[in-house]
Amino acid sequence: MNEELRGTIKTGLIAGVVTLSLGMIGILVAFNKRFIVTDAVTLADLLLFGMAVIAGYLGASSLKEHSMGRRLLHGGLAGMLAAVPTFLLILLTLVWEGIRDSFINVEPALVSLLTLDNENVVVGGILLIVVFGVLGLVGVGYAQLPVRFRRPISMSLAWTIGSGVMSDILIGILRPRMSNDTLRSLFGSTGLQPVPFVVLFVLLTAVFFWWQQGGQTRYQTLRQNFTPRQQKSSRRVSISLLVIFLLILPSLLGVYLSEIFNEIGRFVLMGLGLNIAIGLAGLLDLGYVTNFAVGAYIMALLTSSSQFGPENPWSFWLAVPICVVAAMFTGFILALPVLKMRGDYLAIATLGFGEIIRVLARSDALKPVIGGAQGILQIPAAQIGGFMAQVMGYILNPINNLLSRFELGILATNSNGDIVFGNPPQLYYLFILASLLMLFISRRLNNSRTGRRWMAIREDEDVAAAMGINTTNAKVLAFTLSAASGGLAGAIFAAKLGSIFPSSFELLISINVLALIIVGGLGSIPGVIVGAFALVGIPQLLSEFAEFRLLLYGIALIGMMLVRPEGLWPSEVHRREIHSHGEDETAVPVSVKP
Amino acid sequence: MRRFNYIDLVLWLFRIGIIGVVLWGMTGKFILGIGNDYTISDWLDFFVSGLSQGSLYALIALGYTMVYGVLFMINFAHGEFFMAGAMTSTVLVALPLENAGYVERFPWLSLLAIFLSAVLTSVLVAVLTERIAYRPLRNAPRLVPLITAIGASFFWQYYFRGLFGSSLLPFPEFPMFDGKIAFWGLDFQKADIAVILTSLVVMFGLQQFVQRTKTGRAIRAVAENKDAATLMGIDVNRTITITFIVGASMAGVAGVLYSIVFRQLNFVMGFIPGIKAFTAAVLGGIGSIPGAALGGLFLGIIEAIGPPLFLEGLGVAGSHQLKDVIAFTMLVLVLIFRPQGIIGERLAEKKA
Amino acid sequence: MKRISWFTLLMLLLALALVACGGSGDTEPETDSADTAADSSDTADSGDEAAAEELTCDDAIGCVEVAPGDPIRIASALVITGPNESLGLDSQYGVEIAIEQRGEIAGHSVELQAEDEGCNAEGGQTAGQKIASDPSIVGVIGTSCSGAGVPMSQIVCAEGIAMISPSNTAPVLTDPGSRQSCYFRTAHNDKVQGRAMAEYVFNELGLTKAAAVHDGDPYTEGLASVFRDAFIELGGEIVAFEAEAADATNVEPLLTSIAAAGPELIYYPVFIPLGSLITKTAREIDGLEGVALAAADGVQSPDFVDASGDAAEGMYVSGPDLGFGNDIYATFLETYQANYGTEPTAPFHAHAYDATNMLLSAIESVAQVGADGTMLIGRQALLDAISSTSGMEGITGTISCDENGDCADPKIAVSQVQDGAFSAVWSYEP
Repeated sequence: MNEELRGTIKTGLIAGVVTLSLGMIGILVAFNKRFIVTDAVTLADLLLFGMAVIAGYLGASSLKEHSMGRRLLHGGLAGMLAAVPTFLLILLTLVWEGIRDSFINVEPALVSLLTLDNENVVVGGILLIVVFGVLGLVGVGYAQLPVRFRRPISMSLAWTIGSGVMSDILIGILRPRMSNDTLRSLFGSTGLQPVPFVVLFVLLTAVFFWWQQGGQTRYQTLRQNFTPRQQKSSRRVSISLLVIFLLILPSLLGVYLSEIFNEIGRFVLMGLGLNIAIGLAGLLDLGYVTNFAVGAYIMALLTSSSQFGPENPWSFWLAVPICVVAAMFTGFILALPVLKMRGDYLAIATLGFGEIIRVLARSDALKPVIGGAQGILQIPAAQIGGFMAQVMGYILNPINNLLSRFELGILATNSNGDIVFGNPPQLYYLFILASLLMLFISRRLNNSRTGRRWMAIREDEDVAAAMGINTTNAKVLAFTLSAASGGLAGAIFAAKLGSIFPSSFELLISINVLALIIVGGLGSIPGVIVGAFALVGIPQLLSEFAEFRLLLYGIALIGMMLVRPEGLWPSEVHRREIHSHGEDETAVPVSVKP
Repeated sequence: MRRFNYIDLVLWLFRIGIIGVVLWGMTGKFILGIGNDYTISDWLDFFVSGLSQGSLYALIALGYTMVYGVLFMINFAHGEFFMAGAMTSTVLVALPLENAGYVERFPWLSLLAIFLSAVLTSVLVAVLTERIAYRPLRNAPRLVPLITAIGASFFWQYYFRGLFGSSLLPFPEFPMFDGKIAFWGLDFQKADIAVILTSLVVMFGLQQFVQRTKTGRAIRAVAENKDAATLMGIDVNRTITITFIVGASMAGVAGVLYSIVFRQLNFVMGFIPGIKAFTAAVLGGIGSIPGAALGGLFLGIIEAIGPPLFLEGLGVAGSHQLKDVIAFTMLVLVLIFRPQGIIGERLAEKKA
Repeated sequence: MKRISWFTLLMLLLALALVACGGSGDTEPETDSADTAADSSDTADSGDEAAAEELTCDDAIGCVEVAPGDPIRIASALVITGPNESLGLDSQYGVEIAIEQRGEIAGHSVELQAEDEGCNAEGGQTAGQKIASDPSIVGVIGTSCSGAGVPMSQIVCAEGIAMISPSNTAPVLTDPGSRQSCYFRTAHNDKVQGRAMAEYVFNELGLTKAAAVHDGDPYTEGLASVFRDAFIELGGEIVAFEAEAADATNVEPLLTSIAAAGPELIYYPVFIPLGSLITKTAREIDGLEGVALAAADGVQSPDFVDASGDAAEGMYVSGPDLGFGNDIYATFLETYQANYGTEPTAPFHAHAYDATNMLLSAIESVAQVGADGTMLIGRQALLDAISSTSGMEGITGTISCDENGDCADPKIAVSQVQDGAFSAVWSYEP
């Protein structure tokens, strides 16, 4: 047996084990209800048969200089092998009657899916192997395509499948703008209808192909030939377009997607804050939820009209600064005991703070003050009333009247002339405002003296101290400022929910925030936004597959870090760091000691 | 010399404050008699249950500390190795054996089979995780493997949830762990004794392994300096895999012991013990084997004895709910006094 | 380079948006013409027109129109991920079985859109927004957790969507002062269930010293508090009111503390993992030998008995009497086992099943069906139909809604675990 054959067998079997896993953990059966192409192809088909194509593709592309015949052979073999573990499972179900008592998802529906709905299970299984083999050949064919065809095809395939998966979201966006019949001709109850699917695929392929074959270079030369003046004005135009886009976005998206944007906004706010501590100052804080919780609870305590609120509840706008200051104060106090700790000691201590807050929030001990398990209810939504609202109404109402012709709109006043940040599209403006504010502050900090001080500490604390930086003060400042944004997020969160419960302040929040700034790119401000979209937005959109969401989240985190450890939108410094990290990096000498 | 600044002042106040709270609580408890009236044997009960819980923490913490000592990464997925072993051995070995009646007839043999399958699964999961999620990132900045570890933790939780379902699994009852046994007039649960003994044996074995064997020396060498170890002819990747195998086998053993004591499992069972074990490892001084053991015991005992001792006397409602608060406050306190943990030494000077 | 690729992405998004907008511009006249075409065909066929005229929506808050051949869409918002998922999945299975057994309503199948509420307030809000933004959804079964139910009821009620929870028990949700008008539940209000156990313990068992334990969850804390207040009101004494973390692994200290307070009964209305841990440990603590144990419907499940073994024998559990004496439940259990390969993992599948049947029956009673099969469901009419539900035979008893949306059978059974099964020993009627 030669080296290459062994490689192909290995590839095939790995693909086989993955396929088997997909079936055994229930993904296939669950996804089989979800059509990509209405009444024709489900997501499960795509996954199952996709594995065969991938196996064939990998099996063939590992051998470079062989004849077509050998490539087909290897690809077909890999494809068939990818079905073998599944086939064994099918056989196993024949002899092991009670398999479902142990493996809960090995159910009749799975077997019939895997045997291609054959009555005779063994025949069906063999048929599966054959189909996999053929699809392996398809994979080989795909590998044979020149790159300039392959890339546009893969990209447009990904986009088309993406639109099929997200069909209900697309329906949600398009519903107000299209008639029911048009919608029905485009989408089924789930998935795209076959004809639009093919049309979209062809169209996108053409566009990608054009872009790759010349569009991109033409566009670049066009931009390069701009005079400085033109550059300036094009910049101005794009910025104003962006602003307009951001302003009308919620009406374009509808209620549910606005809600997702608000969730993203919440995490952007927290991410920007944590980015100060981790990205700039290098302080690994695993308890960021503390600041968030403080902001939310202070907001609740100040504005709630329940028994936990004050006699005369404050207005949201007065309470927000208090929340931010309270969060900063908490950050300051909690920074003090952990200042001398480094690295993972700091991480576990801050994680401890997060846990302490979580436990205290639901404890009986603090129940008289903050409501314990039953939380605090009746927190009013933020609103602008009176003169201010009138003035804003004079500006907003005409714009809204104009935009409403296009089914669009911006921030609106209610029938009393007040502006209430109650529903998601209205709250969106609050989040945008807060995010822009924090973005501005973060940017300024990034380029400030303080920012450089933090970066020096991040790179090497001892050297920074030797350079005359007061590391203690700088670190305390980093913790304090980092907390501000969390407090702000918490305050808006409380007003958005209208009631807060301890279950909103779990460790998972800290982990999520940490993950999003690293996935986005450590220390990078745009990275925070991109990371929040990737880790908060996309999982929300996938809530159809709620049961498997965290599984996919885990895979995405690992895959992301393997492919792009520097993050989606890394800061320059960080990217340089990652790519200069060579083998010369010496280990930190700590031993397993007796 | 550093000058005395406000930070030191605050830290001193913090220490005094905690000691004040503790003293006040104990005064309330013993002199004013607030809360329940405990006998000496009640206090010993608190202690013993804490000891058993702590042994379990210690066993998991050992794996944490091994990996940390070699790779300097927080292996968030370690709790999942523990869960994987316990779940798989329960579903595929323990429950079928029980249904076939083998557990009653050959309890020791069944137990052996359960232990073996658990260790095997844990090791398999750990090796896969290391190979796929950690090894390619060996030279990446420290936060990157932390994220893959978090990702792996989610992945395995939901993978095993998919395999075995999300309901609570009962673990069979073993006759030899049922009931109590008396030592020096103290009642011990037999299961607790088993946990404590196994932990001691495993810790001792591990210590011997790391100190005496050739592989152990290789592990220590890799922990000290990977490049130098490579120059000495040590296969670093292989050594790291072995470290993972050793750590994961202990997680597997801990998983079965956990099942024996609590007799109920589900797919999220690894998360909290994982966090606690990590805390224990840091508490003891991360990277140190006796430190992990000590940290685990300390954590278990303080969780058991802290609420009645410190909080009840203060008249705090629902004091047992707050044991995590005590545990983490103690952690912070220990780290203020000894930033390197109870036994850890060098980490504070070097950059961890 | 990277910047360029991002730019590409942005351009694509813009292009997509343009395509979408352009599409809308084009389609508007098209739809008009389509409508006129339909109109003309209607005039041609006067029978159809008459049918179409019959179906006019005169509902105060609007109607859901279900086109011929389309399914009636209902949603569920339960906790189906995370540590509490066995609670929500179990309920979701109950919903699915109810839908499966119902089959079709006037020629329309019923489709379920399952959402996750994550057992927290923001999860409830997001799921609520998603459901509220979909005008084709008629009603929603959810939430699992009361914390998620509070924000969600506000959102879906603003759209007039009926919401029936199978397992919210917090009194605040059906408190006349704060209840949302579209909110109903088939789970027992804590006020009823906590009081039932207190009365049973004090009056029937004749015990006067009790301890109560909760785990910091609103459900358990609510029940424990109501029990405490009711027990004291009856003249009993609460010797210890304690709390423990829901994910605790060592409850010996807690129980040693409680033992020192000398109760005659420990009431711990928690969920299965902690519940069975407390049950098993309590039997091994000195000083708790003769102490009675009691819990609530959070543990009323075979899983609990399996996990606790012999230790559960003789303990008291309050909740609906599932052995209600009809064969609905037996059929239900069979289907459950066949579909999901497991026994129920929590008690609320029964409530979810009843809730779904309540919703579907109400839909059936208010739906207007045109000659072509188009169905109109008036939202206000649906709410009225649900709230006038009375005497419906369900698994959890006779379902009748009161004016605050509490629909559970007011009878609460206290069962005792005997030979590994729950057998009712007492029944409470307020």
